[in-house]
Amino acid sequence: MKNFIQDSGGQFGPFGGCFAPELLQPVIKRIEKIFEDFKASPELQAEFHKKLKHFAGRPTPIYHAENLSKTLGGAQIWVKREDLLHGGAHKTNNVIGQSILAREMGAKYLIAETGAGQHGIASAMAAAQIGLPLKVFMGAKDVVRQKVNVERMELLGAEVISVESGSRSLKDAINEAMRYWISHAEDTYYIFGTAAGPHPFPELVSLFHKVIGEEARAQILEETGKLPDEVHACVGGGSNAIGIFQGFLDDKEVKLVGAEPGGDGKRHGLTLGKGVIGCLHGSISKVNCDKNGQIEESHSISAGLDYPGISPIHAYLQSIESAEYVGITDDEAMEALLKFSRSEGIIPALESSHAIAEVMKRAPKMNKDQILLINLSGRGDKDLHTVFEYLENQK
Amino acid sequence: MDRYKAAFAQLKEKKESAFIPFWMIGDPNPEDSFKVIDTIAQHADILELGMPFSDPLADGPTIQASVNRALQAGTTVDDCFGVIEKIRNKYPEKPIGLLVYFNLALQYGLENFFARCDAVGVDSVILPELPVESVEISDPKNQESDSIIEMARKYNVHLTFLVSTNTPEDRLQKILSYASGFLYAISKPSLTGAKTKLSQETVKMVLKLKQQTDTPVCVGFGISEPDQIKELTENKADGCIIGSKLYEFKDDLKAMSEFCEECKKASKV
Repeated sequence: MKNFIQDSGGQFGPFGGCFAPELLQPVIKRIEKIFEDFKASPELQAEFHKKLKHFAGRPTPIYHAENLSKTLGGAQIWVKREDLLHGGAHKTNNVIGQSILAREMGAKYLIAETGAGQHGIASAMAAAQIGLPLKVFMGAKDVVRQKVNVERMELLGAEVISVESGSRSLKDAINEAMRYWISHAEDTYYIFGTAAGPHPFPELVSLFHKVIGEEARAQILEETGKLPDEVHACVGGGSNAIGIFQGFLDDKEVKLVGAEPGGDGKRHGLTLGKGVIGCLHGSISKVNCDKNGQIEESHSISAGLDYPGISPIHAYLQSIESAEYVGITDDEAMEALLKFSRSEGIIPALESSHAIAEVMKRAPKMNKDQILLINLSGRGDKDLHTVFEYLENQK
Repeated sequence: MDRYKAAFAQLKEKKESAFIPFWMIGDPNPEDSFKVIDTIAQHADILELGMPFSDPLADGPTIQASVNRALQAGTTVDDCFGVIEKIRNKYPEKPIGLLVYFNLALQYGLENFFARCDAVGVDSVILPELPVESVEISDPKNQESDSIIEMARKYNVHLTFLVSTNTPEDRLQKILSYASGFLYAISKPSLTGAKTKLSQETVKMVLKLKQQTDTPVCVGFGISEPDQIKELTENKADGCIIGSKLYEFKDDLKAMSEFCEECKKASKV
């Protein structure tokens, strides 16, 4: 299993590949080349790790959620605090890495897509830090529900482009970013936000987030003297999950569990749960589409998980049964967010709350000496608008 | 006889290039799209037809709007094949190319898809996201299947590849080794959409490609005026594909027919 991602050449069983329009193939090949250079360069890697430490604030701690563990009366719940990373989510790891690639490639402009706004903010931070102008494509629906994040991106100097086409969410933001890139490939680098898309994006995004799992494994061993029984993460496109999973892929006894957005029960984003093998945004993976092949709109209360595609690496891990993927509804995620906030004094992102919700189901059925580790991928400040609107509607 | 070979041989004899109009099947609905395609077919040497896909990431706003109308009318993949079959029956000799995003063909089952293409008389398929490196893979949904290129050949379907002024030389050589039917040369790297000026780079690319391959070279993306067709024909292009511009006439088939007639005239040197 070791390094299966980095040795894959972008092919994960039947999943992966570089199914991008011909006009993008030359620039993607250039990125592949620069990425190979990065992997072979101790200097560039040292720069990456230095920025992770001094700019992003790594390592992030792990924290024992003792109150919640006690209330649930079962397994001990630990969280990896990616919410404490600069920017408020794990996304910063990836953009630091990709901004180095962009600079090495000689790009003059940056583009990015964003769902919840976290990747947009992280990209805006990285763009400001390396001094390149950035355009962020964001679904019009998300521009409304993540207003504060739009303002943060603008404050950091990025231009936010509201995407009105299609379902006006993350999928369409990616379409628009790809379209823009096709016309500007010569001098523009696309900071892809998740471990999906055409090769080498799944591989490089995974590599830049690998630090989450490496730290978490060492930290849990140090704090508890043993490995966790299960590692949990939410899964939209799949970047934070693959980040933490990579620390435990060789530990056969550790179960890996991803929580997908079950939405309101009818409308959902259960790509691994209900999707079929298909092609979306540059790779073969699982997709939610109708029998004709038309991509279906996903739904989730959390903008960051609202995506009908998924990383080909997760599709592969599911197919070889190395990881398990479950669905969590909007209601369950919201309940977990409230419960975690009030018992631990930490407001988790709605995305991460999906993983917490799954753990809340499992912990009571487990023994007190068992450990459940959650990747707390982001903080929930950005979700206040959604949370209070939800609570208002419950009245 | 291969319809492309026959068509290009005839054109060569007449010293003409191919006029290749594009329309999205199902826009505004399957039945009326047949009428539009029938209208343009009367002036076309080759037809290029699209199947509507929810996420057309290589297309500009005009074709996106066309896709939306087709999908809102409920157009299915089988509806599209139905329209093609009707066109084929009316125009037995005219080559028909099909542009289809990969997921539509995947969900239909690649083998079934190519077989259906053969049955209704599709001569070539553009899968815009399928890179030349992946034509030797089998159907991702059926690992036991033949490779994609083998399936296409088995069902007499040419795979059409795109090249642009940005395609590196080694990549171009790989593409040329698989090219058949015709080569789709893109003027300036961009999305589909109407533009009015032809770049000299495009003309140079066509002249260069003509020295490198016997496969006919047709130019598309951003072609919108008969003058551009004339210039490209004079510079050895074997055909010109016009898509987005036709949508200006979508509510006036008579005007569309007249425009196509002008385009065809411009393709005669």
